[in-house]
Amino acid sequence: MILQTRLVEVRQNVLKQNDLVARELRQRFHSAGVCVVSLVSSPGSGKTAFLESTLTLMRPNYRVAALVGDLATDNDAARLARSKAPVRQITTGTLCHLEAAMVRDALEGWDLDQLDFLFIENVGNLVCPASYDVGEDLRVVLLSVTEGEDKPLKYPTIFNTADLAVLTKMDLAAAVEFDLAAADSNIQRVRPGMPVLRVSSKNGAGMDEWLRFLASARQTPLVAASTGFVEAGRTT
Amino acid sequence: MAEEESDQRGGARVSAVHLKLGALAGVVKAALLSSYEMASEGTVLQGSRLMIEELPVVAHCPKCLAPRTLDSPQWFICPVCKSPVSEIVQGRELQVFALELQE
Repeated sequence: MILQTRLVEVRQNVLKQNDLVARELRQRFHSAGVCVVSLVSSPGSGKTAFLESTLTLMRPNYRVAALVGDLATDNDAARLARSKAPVRQITTGTLCHLEAAMVRDALEGWDLDQLDFLFIENVGNLVCPASYDVGEDLRVVLLSVTEGEDKPLKYPTIFNTADLAVLTKMDLAAAVEFDLAAADSNIQRVRPGMPVLRVSSKNGAGMDEWLRFLASARQTPLVAASTGFVEAGRTT
Repeated sequence: MAEEESDQRGGARVSAVHLKLGALAGVVKAALLSSYEMASEGTVLQGSRLMIEELPVVAHCPKCLAPRTLDSPQWFICPVCKSPVSEIVQGRELQVFALELQE
């Protein structure tokens, strides 16, 4: 028998399974009317402090909850719990990012109808989380002033999939001679038109504007389509 | 995926996997190639080749009203008219495009 080589087109996304679960999650979130915001950044950029402050400030006016991904510890969940908002830990073990199925499993038993906002703090990593849709409406990328202005150029994919950039630790900007203009320009290079906020979780600067941004995002959902994250190149 | 196709075709041997890899996929070609042999061991893909086609970022330019291939994934401007571009039409792919089967 002579073997023949045949080329069979399959056109399947390697992350198809994750995309399917993310789509289901997004539908659930929408029908429950909960605005879902994910936070991505490198380790140590201040995600947890920013989220703790956000949860504390929002609790009087909104029903808020958070999921937090971490490789091994539950330190972040313990810190966030101080805000008195419901918080659940997702321990990823050796996995460097959250996947949609992990978010789905962590939500088990929570009544989404009872929430206005759900925050998802991803594992600190600027590479892999970019490729995994977790069903969020809004993806926020954090960049701390201590990291340097060129992070957007080093990790264009994650900045490009985000809807908002937040510069954190602004209280340290002068001390580390952070070049705001360069940071803004680098962000605009990899994601033209992305809004940029400047905050300090420590002294509260900029938090008002962030809360206003969230309130308006809830009124006019971006449906994550604005990023092209759901649509561009990931539909097949 | 490959197993399904192989089963459907009476256990045909998969000799190659063709993958499209966008510049914004967040995955490096060299890392995929170096881990492929290990990952495929003991599966239907054992001994098969991984053929990776790298795709640059293509974005729709709102000024030229045309798709443009960007010079760099670090600079989202139209290479022709220098307008900022944000509507990506290619570059996020991590897609198994085709399988080569021996039957």
